[in-house]
Amino acid sequence: MSALSTGTYFTSYRREWALRRTRAEYLRLGLIVVGLAVLPYSIDFYWLSIVNMILIAVIGAVGLNILIGYTGQISLGQGGFLAVGAFSSALLYQRAELPAPISIACAVVITAAVGAFFGLPALRLKGLYLAIATLASQEIIVFVARRWEFLRDGSAPLTVDRLHIGGFEITRELFEWQWYWILLGCAALSVLAARNLLRSPVGRSFMAVRDQDIAASAIGVNVTRAKVTAFAVSSGFVGFAGALLAHYTETVTWESFTLQVSIVYVAMVIVGGLGSVAGAVYGAIFMSLVPVLLTEFLVPVAGAVDWVSESLPAIENAVFGLVIIGFLLFEPRGLDRLWQRSKDYFRFWPFRY
Amino acid sequence: MSTFLNLTVYGLSDGAILALAALGFVLIYKATGVINFAQGELLLIGGYTLYLTFVVFKLPLVLAVVVGAAIAIALGVVIERLVLRPLIGENPISVIMVTIGLAALLNALVQIGFGTQPVHRPRILPDDPVRFAGAQLPLDRLLVIVIAAVVLGVFTMFFRYSRHGIALRAVADDQQAALTVGISVRRAFALAWALAALSALIGGVLLGDITETSPRLAAFGLLVFPVVILGGLDSVPGTIVGGLTIGLTANYISGYWDAGFAQIGPYVLLILILLVRPYGLFGETRIERV
Repeated sequence: MSALSTGTYFTSYRREWALRRTRAEYLRLGLIVVGLAVLPYSIDFYWLSIVNMILIAVIGAVGLNILIGYTGQISLGQGGFLAVGAFSSALLYQRAELPAPISIACAVVITAAVGAFFGLPALRLKGLYLAIATLASQEIIVFVARRWEFLRDGSAPLTVDRLHIGGFEITRELFEWQWYWILLGCAALSVLAARNLLRSPVGRSFMAVRDQDIAASAIGVNVTRAKVTAFAVSSGFVGFAGALLAHYTETVTWESFTLQVSIVYVAMVIVGGLGSVAGAVYGAIFMSLVPVLLTEFLVPVAGAVDWVSESLPAIENAVFGLVIIGFLLFEPRGLDRLWQRSKDYFRFWPFRY
Repeated sequence: MSTFLNLTVYGLSDGAILALAALGFVLIYKATGVINFAQGELLLIGGYTLYLTFVVFKLPLVLAVVVGAAIAIALGVVIERLVLRPLIGENPISVIMVTIGLAALLNALVQIGFGTQPVHRPRILPDDPVRFAGAQLPLDRLLVIVIAAVVLGVFTMFFRYSRHGIALRAVADDQQAALTVGISVRRAFALAWALAALSALIGGVLLGDITETSPRLAAFGLLVFPVVILGGLDSVPGTIVGGLTIGLTANYISGYWDAGFAQIGPYVLLILILLVRPYGLFGETRIERV
């Protein structure tokens, strides 16, 4: 825990539960809102497309953090759940011709149900065995997505029509810009929902299960219900991210939901900080930016040296591994903890502690 | 009948290599409590180490194997010392994740060093077909089964009779008790990683011989998970049973039904086993206290 600033008193429980309690927190919120509002006007469409992918990743990472960080159930099946969300929303929108918001909502519900089903082994399995069981579910879901003809347009991957809601339609010229506002809204909604869920009794029961499940059941937490709910809620978030991904990229193929994707999501949660909604956001931003910045930095070098251009993907992979190992060795609680520590540093300055 | 015999030989040889890979995995899990997601990459590194010593440095075969083994052991010890030891006592999620990061790093290093295409290494084992009961059986696969059986036998003997093997089992059983009787737990951890890397080297070399030395070797390592779940995460004999079962099942499915289903069959089997027996067929049931 970071140090609390002095002079913060609460005179009612309502005040203490509030999401934001101090003036500094409101100030930071204001700065973030201003920053996000100015952002699309200050960068070009290439960078805006990266920001859009980050926003989708934020939704998925926040969902995964509910499962891993708050309930302590490891899952390596995130790519699979992303696929369930993407395919179900795409099919409902494209083949059943439902309006986009309804198809996305259905995708969330379907993914939550699938997640709860694959979470059932968690009732009997712990830690390591659970990791392997979810790995198996990942492989099975991707296999189904790869082999089922229904999930394709003939031999081509499933395509999704450009998003239109009622009379509103995304235009080609303002594609990234319009999507930015939609995705920003969805991401903000997800973060808010997660924050609210985690200060409710349901969220508290998740944390009790994480800290000691046997003790939790002794004080009256229904462990079975908490675990299945956590899997459902977390998969629901991931399904939301998957559905948005399907509509945003306009094609859905199994190749974007491999085990590698699951691992990147777990990495986001770990690098960001386990058990922190803000951490998941930092992690999603960081892990999405690392490969982009690396390419940006290496492409000029690659022009001069053949060796670099040949092994660019491998270098990216090596950096990915190094980042994970580095964080776990030097700051196992992630970016969120780094942020808390830097705040403490200025708060105590000029004293060490 | 000849198809059946052929599939059986293929299944047994795949299974024998899987058992070698799983042995390293179980060794690390038993002694140090770490789930090693980088086991497939150790197999990959093993395959390429022999390529390096045998083809690039042009050492004679015996010397190439000895140098390769030394490199594998050194790698195992270095990984344990630099990456895993600082994380002793951290939560299992972090430990799993660090091995995943390690897997990405090792895989990338191999690709940076040797490229993504398969490399050419002359075969070590003879591959003439052998006639048996009207079937043409590949000799190299039969030899793989024999070699793997010998190696597994030597490892079993090592655990049962040698001083270090017994120390390793003591550490696996109870770390504090092992410390009190004067066993160095640190050395046991390093030993476990060194032996795991060594068994992965043998597995990787054999696998490279019957297929090819390419980055795809690592994907084979993912099958280690169904194997160890089947056999139990902490059972050495379980790896042999598990490895052979998975190897045979996968080959029968792909031979008689569909190669695609062969990839997924082991995982379906895995889920079914976990639903019935959550600690695998031979794994120890753990009793938890608050």
